[in-house]
Amino acid sequence: MTKSLFIAVLFFISVFQVYAGGYRISLQGNQALAMGHTGVAVINSAESAFFNPSGLVYLENKLNVSAGGFGIFSNTKWQNTDTGQFSETESQVSIPFYMYASYKINEWATAGVAAYTPYGSSVKWEKDWAGSHLVNAIELAAIFVQPLLSIKLSKHFSIGGGPIFVTGNINFNRNINRTLTDEEGLRSNVEIDDSGVTNWGWSASFMFTPTEKLRLGFNYRSLIELNAEGGDATFRNIPNSPLVSVSNGTTTFDAKLPLPAELTVGISYQVNDKLLFAFDFNRTFWEVYKSLDIEFGDSEIPNSINPRNYENANTYRFGLQYQAMDNLSLRGGFYIDESPVQPGFFAPETPRNDAQGYTAGLTFDVSSRLSIDASFLFLRFKEVDASYDAYTENDTQVPFRGTYVSNSFIPGIGISYKL
Amino acid sequence: MNTTYAHILIAIFFLLVSCESEFQSSIEDNEVYLSGEADFSNFVSVGNSLTAGFADNALYKEAQLQSFPKILADQFALVGGGEFTQPLVEDNIGGLLLNGNRIPGYDTRLVLSTQSDSPLPANITGTPQTDIANILRGPFNNMGVPGAKSYHLGLNGYGDISSIESMANPYFVRFASSPHASIIEDAVAQSPSFFSLWVGNNDILGFATSGGIGQDQTGNLDPSTYSSTDITDPNVFGQLYLQYIDALTANASGGVVYNIPDVTNIPFFTTVPRKAIPLDEPTAALLNSQFAVYNQQILPELASVGLISENEAIQRQVSFQEGQNYVTLNDESLTDISVVLTNPPFNLDPQTAALLGQVRQATEEDLIPLAASENIGNIVNNDSSLISGVTVPLGDESVLTVNEQMMINNARTAYNAIIKNAAQDYGLAFVDINQLLEESQTGIPFDSGVLSSTFITGGAFSLDGVHLTPRGYALVANETIMEINSSYGANLPPVNLGDFRTIVASDEVN
Repeated sequence: MTKSLFIAVLFFISVFQVYAGGYRISLQGNQALAMGHTGVAVINSAESAFFNPSGLVYLENKLNVSAGGFGIFSNTKWQNTDTGQFSETESQVSIPFYMYASYKINEWATAGVAAYTPYGSSVKWEKDWAGSHLVNAIELAAIFVQPLLSIKLSKHFSIGGGPIFVTGNINFNRNINRTLTDEEGLRSNVEIDDSGVTNWGWSASFMFTPTEKLRLGFNYRSLIELNAEGGDATFRNIPNSPLVSVSNGTTTFDAKLPLPAELTVGISYQVNDKLLFAFDFNRTFWEVYKSLDIEFGDSEIPNSINPRNYENANTYRFGLQYQAMDNLSLRGGFYIDESPVQPGFFAPETPRNDAQGYTAGLTFDVSSRLSIDASFLFLRFKEVDASYDAYTENDTQVPFRGTYVSNSFIPGIGISYKL
Repeated sequence: MNTTYAHILIAIFFLLVSCESEFQSSIEDNEVYLSGEADFSNFVSVGNSLTAGFADNALYKEAQLQSFPKILADQFALVGGGEFTQPLVEDNIGGLLLNGNRIPGYDTRLVLSTQSDSPLPANITGTPQTDIANILRGPFNNMGVPGAKSYHLGLNGYGDISSIESMANPYFVRFASSPHASIIEDAVAQSPSFFSLWVGNNDILGFATSGGIGQDQTGNLDPSTYSSTDITDPNVFGQLYLQYIDALTANASGGVVYNIPDVTNIPFFTTVPRKAIPLDEPTAALLNSQFAVYNQQILPELASVGLISENEAIQRQVSFQEGQNYVTLNDESLTDISVVLTNPPFNLDPQTAALLGQVRQATEEDLIPLAASENIGNIVNNDSSLISGVTVPLGDESVLTVNEQMMINNARTAYNAIIKNAAQDYGLAFVDINQLLEESQTGIPFDSGVLSSTFITGGAFSLDGVHLTPRGYALVANETIMEINSSYGANLPPVNLGDFRTIVASDEVN
């Protein structure tokens, strides 16, 4: 019975698409996610390596390790009641993960290392759908690797941070315009692809603990720009005619994609022996994402200018942790996620509007050293009428309008180990 | 953890994962639009090439998939419309085979090629794969048969491969339910719940595109005696049309009918300029001197003896000047003076006399079919003094004269009156294609530009100048949807014209 149910579940999973709305994916720890992805003022485990490195120094054990991952099950639908067109995103698999470790050097200093995936996107619409001149599919993945140092300046105050090394991949496919086809009627499209795009950044944090029950945290992660240079741009299904400005084949491209800076401040309060409350405020400095400009190596091919005009966006996160038994912690949370996308710039490659996240999870201590962390997130995007107005044909703006609805169910599992 | 817990967890997981996002009113789930009094569950479309999705002088798959009935059916699907099957050809090349051999006269599709000096239509390269001996198994919702005239719809044996040399139509041969079947029988046998009927275009176009070489058969009630370039008698058209409507409405909740556009709204007849002859000053003077005797002596003389009227004498004057000049042409409505000219006092040689026999220069009223453009300005018989359209008048097939246009228009207006009355009498939706193409002369705005009838650049007409592009067919579909909405109380959405392509540019040509 159990087995057949499992098979049914697995089958069901395969039908659903896996993706996160937008390209900031807030899934950097199962314990934190279960509490609404709060953690800048929480000290629980090595997850602090991401949420607030300055907190690592307060971990009691010599060695702390946390690692885990998430499966994103998402579904986005689009329809346009003016024309009767509709489409939805297809099955995709993306599995954000994290690995953190901290090592106590002495009473005042802890070293750490972190690897995590805070940015990524995987959206695949039905090929040649109504918005295919904007995007057929996008795949963006960035892995952050960071050595860390956490220093306790006093019982009440610590600082932490470290340099970040980023390596990213991008793959993006869209049709050339709304109608161009080759001689066989296949839609002309371009795909840009680059991998191993690297850059450096940093994060810095502090934690203030005025009383035993109250903590305040601050964390800042810098802007990191992914500069794809000399990637592959492949044109396909282009008709053989000098009247068309591009031709079949591969050229190079340059493009910049910002992974914006993020500021987090928050508090946690130990209500009683068993109950902890946490609040985080994130501000993501999206305003650096003005435009996705793709410059092709072949100078005959006009550059692709795709205005985005994102604006800075806030997220408000609330979390609770309850020590139900000696070996079991239960968690719950909620957050409100503001979209950086402005009216008239709602591009279907990141169909992300304001969202509400509902989270829950638990940690079960298998032994005094090893525990299992589980969480889930249900992310609900409001149904929204939106348009992307910056696309032009024949020097005329041609808005791409419609109604979007999407949600995501994201279960996660991980382990924490301490020695 | 015991198995009960496992089951509960799995159940919760299953429940949450199945929380697929849903619109408050979903188009996909038929929650947005209404069909009104119409039932689109089985839509059958009857007609000619325009219904089949013919474009660029060929029937090819990609254009068939954007035929106007297919575009309509996709919208009907939003309110319970069923599957819409079409007798798709094998490829995107066009052209037909019979038992592996090319059927002459069925060329590959036209694409816009830059192989010559300026971008011009040319036949795409490739070997046609569609063999009409491969009979498809129907029924097909799209019963559009390229080339069909009104009287062909009811013609038994029109799809009989054994009469391919005589009465049969190779396109219908491919999908007739039996060799004896008629188009209308095969359509009615499907018990359409909704239908479209657009027929009558070829009843005048055969005459018009051939420059009026055929006969106006008005008064002749026996279509079996007509040739393909003749004009169908309006009474024949009317009687058959009503029979078709009767048969199609028998079990249908409704239907939509289309009228016939004026040829002056079709780029095939409006693209080639009448002033097609560029001349410099010395050449014009030379030509004028060659025509001097004709203009100043022969014509006044013939008029004075009453062989031609004063009017005709003026009408027949041929003169050139520096710049663009009207072409010369043979007008069969003029008095044939070729024999008179060989006699005294003119004593012209028979060749010259023949050239002047019914000659005049074109006026703004004449129409020159697209097909004639390649005949203009050519040197005839390797004699550099014989230039077609100048010293050698264009033949009847190269010009649609005022007189011929009048015959076409008389028939067309009669057909259109019959169609409109039928729509009213049977309570059908009526699409005024004539009006629509009239508007597209000036241009119909859409989200990224203006759709017009201008050849090559306008976007509405394909490269044969007669049939539409997918965007042009989408325009027809939208007009249809508007009329269906108002006739049947439906609220179907129009398609976005900007989503449909116009012409295809390619140098993959012969």
